[in-house]
Amino acid sequence: MKKITREEYAAMTEKASPGSHVFKDCLYAFVFGGALCTLGQVLVNLYQAVGLDLQGARAAVSISLIGLSALLTALRVYDNIARYAGAGTLVPITGFANAVVSPAMEFKAEGYVMGIGAKMFTIAGPVLVYGIIASILYGIILYIVGLF
Amino acid sequence: MAQRLGKYTLRLENRPRVQGFASIVGKKEGDGPLERYFDAVHDDTTLGQDSWEKAESRLQQEAAEEAIKKAGVTEQDIQYILAGDLLNQCISSTFGLQSLNIPFWGQYGACSTMAQTLSLASVLVDAGAAERCLAVTSSHFCSAERQFRFPLEYGGQRTPTAQWTATASGAVVVGQSGDGPWVSAVTAGRIRDLGIKDAANMGAAMAPAAAQTLFDFLTDTQTKPADYDLILTGDLGLIGSSLMEEILRRDGIEIAPVHNDCGLMLYDREKQDVHAGGSGCGCSGAVLCSVVLQRMCRKKLRNVLFIGTGALMSTTSSQQGESIPGIAHLVYLQA
Repeated sequence: MKKITREEYAAMTEKASPGSHVFKDCLYAFVFGGALCTLGQVLVNLYQAVGLDLQGARAAVSISLIGLSALLTALRVYDNIARYAGAGTLVPITGFANAVVSPAMEFKAEGYVMGIGAKMFTIAGPVLVYGIIASILYGIILYIVGLF
Repeated sequence: MAQRLGKYTLRLENRPRVQGFASIVGKKEGDGPLERYFDAVHDDTTLGQDSWEKAESRLQQEAAEEAIKKAGVTEQDIQYILAGDLLNQCISSTFGLQSLNIPFWGQYGACSTMAQTLSLASVLVDAGAAERCLAVTSSHFCSAERQFRFPLEYGGQRTPTAQWTATASGAVVVGQSGDGPWVSAVTAGRIRDLGIKDAANMGAAMAPAAAQTLFDFLTDTQTKPADYDLILTGDLGLIGSSLMEEILRRDGIEIAPVHNDCGLMLYDREKQDVHAGGSGCGCSGAVLCSVVLQRMCRKKLRNVLFIGTGALMSTTSSQQGESIPGIAHLVYLQA
């Protein structure tokens, strides 16, 4: 049999494999992500109208979106929306809520401690670790810059 | 006794026969184009169990029991089970088949398991080491997702090259007598790795192994693709199938007119949103143990090369950045 090098095969595979629909994916992400942010703004206005200050209203919006996302995940609806929305639901806080709730549901079969407890942060954990490290680094930079 | 033919092929001269076979599938597979060929379709993919692993075990148990029943024998008439699946330590097979109380040899060949277990069962029967053997395999979309990828409800997107793990099980009883299709030869595959690392493109990772095994068989038997009614790979999917055809074309071998792939047969690829096609041990298991063997029993197909393909990575090897080794085992079935 004629030998194929890894480079040749990589080129053959690249040619044979259809790419993602970048334009469609971006459009969907823009529409869904935009709609989500609009909903967030509507909620800010609503919470302010019932008497919360801006900071309080923003915190309440985060709580509402996390709650909504967790609820839709639990109702097994979220993944069907995210299949089309892509980054539109992944990037906002909704994606983070889904990343915590979905493994909690999935690994309940392994029990409350080693299942839900241990596996709940398998997806969100790395985001937390590097998010916190990054915020510490930027804090230090900000502090040093502030000295001058 | 088995006669070695060329370097890699064993010709089974005593004609081990397919005495009974069964396929049990889930809802999505039942919604596909092969629905009428399956022995049972479970609309409830939990199969009434409280974990996906137990559901898959149950799937395998049902397929095994149905195949034994259709062979017209009982558990006591079977000397060995050869079975495997995708889950860690092959628990679908061990938990699913322990109640049968038949000597058990666990197998791991990833998605090539149906071809691997059928090969070994046939060799044992041909050699006279067993009067009857049972070859079984299964996969379940939900148990595979949670082990290899993400939780079911995680809102991710699948790439166009990704394949859909079938919720399905296939079982075959191979014995020394009967008038069903027989296993005429087997070719064990060599591991091939051309550097594909994308676990969402497993067809591409397995295609070189499939091409190699078929090439070995054709060389050993001095035959050509046109000598066969069907060259059935499972499960290369859309991309892997076209890559396998392309690799063989470089050696002047054209298989496209007689080639089909279990991953492309099990689902309506466009309508059922399975991207590059089906995968999982149960995919090739259920396609072989339904439409293919049924058509062989009716002599609509007489010469079939069944090539089970497997991707031999684990979540650990993938996370450590290793490429995906592929394997393919060939079973030559005649009717």
